[in-house]
Amino acid sequence: MYDSGKIIPGLIIFVLFITFPVWYNHGAARAVPQPELPKTLKECVLPAADMRSEHMQLLNQWRDKVLRTGDRSFDVKIGDKEYQKSLMNTCMQCHTSKKKFCDTCHTYASVTPYCWDCHIAPVE
Amino acid sequence: MDKKRRDFLKVAGATTLAGLGGPAIVERLVSGSSPVQAKAAHGERLAGHGADTHAGAAGHGEETVKSGNRFGMIVDLRKFKQYPELIEKVVHACHAEHNVPHFPTRKDEIKWIWPTEYEKAFTEHSQYYKDKPTISNEVLVLCNHCDEPPCVKACPTRATFKNKDGIVAMDYHRCIGCRFCMAACPYGARSFNWLDPRVGLDMNHINRYFPTRMRGVVEKCNFCAERIGLGKKPKCVEVCGETRAMIFGNLNDPNSEIRKALKENYTIQRKPSAGTHPSVFYIV
Repeated sequence: MYDSGKIIPGLIIFVLFITFPVWYNHGAARAVPQPELPKTLKECVLPAADMRSEHMQLLNQWRDKVLRTGDRSFDVKIGDKEYQKSLMNTCMQCHTSKKKFCDTCHTYASVTPYCWDCHIAPVE
Repeated sequence: MDKKRRDFLKVAGATTLAGLGGPAIVERLVSGSSPVQAKAAHGERLAGHGADTHAGAAGHGEETVKSGNRFGMIVDLRKFKQYPELIEKVVHACHAEHNVPHFPTRKDEIKWIWPTEYEKAFTEHSQYYKDKPTISNEVLVLCNHCDEPPCVKACPTRATFKNKDGIVAMDYHRCIGCRFCMAACPYGARSFNWLDPRVGLDMNHINRYFPTRMRGVVEKCNFCAERIGLGKKPKCVEVCGETRAMIFGNLNDPNSEIRKALKENYTIQRKPSAGTHPSVFYIV
């Protein structure tokens, strides 16, 4: 091989460079986020595991039902109580802090949903 | 391979015939009926469809069977003449209810409901020698929630659409800000958010039960779809209250308040020749 003296160190430097995030952050994983849960209610509209994995789909379904189908009925149930399908008027009435609830996981997972460009977060 | 001219012409002729006649035969087989029956069925389908979209021919002199809702409004300009402070009250109430920002420059302005001059509101009506009260009084204008909304046809993402209540609604999640709808609307009822609307709002005094919009979307009056869905009247109508300066109701229901008022009064509409069939009527 010609110029192996340059190529091999070059390759090593390249591999080190592109794996930088892996070895630099190794063992430094941040603590799993602990979103603050509401004190008023113990249950949500779905079991916690489903909410964790599917709240975004649920919000989209609610949006389509309310906005496009025009179904504004109060058909979301927690126990016997009925709620309307609304982020601002249902979810955030219990989860009163966007910073302590939404943002904890979203920041951790590095996702930036655009909900709050239009929807109004609770006053904190 | 030896191809004779005679054979080639035979095959070519048969292919042409099959190409011309084939689709017609296949269509006949698929529909399983004679052309006359197929036509009748098609007509029926059209009629059924018509009941849906053309249901609200109210105000256009047709008395067809109507199904579903088509919400409409009457703006009684006589009452607004009688209560001159009402216009501002209505505009303010609507804009406060829906977090409509206030920007002083005309280009950036966002309007859901606003007063304008008679000659600008009713451009198709003769302006010659109009009586002074008509000319000098302002007309409250808003989205007409047309039965044939040109904005809906123009929207490439279906962000604006006609909902089950006949309201021309906006889904701001889908709006890409192309402004085709603004070009299509003959009434100038749509505003574009050139600036972040939250800059033009006092964020400490907003309606926390209704969202704002974001920069880069088009917005307009939603006929208070969020209130109608909960069985309330639109905010502007509620503010007018006992003055009955604005009447709201279902145009497809012959016994509704609005239909009674339409029967009793001579009403006009904005730009009827545009063929949009507005749902907002004016008593001048």
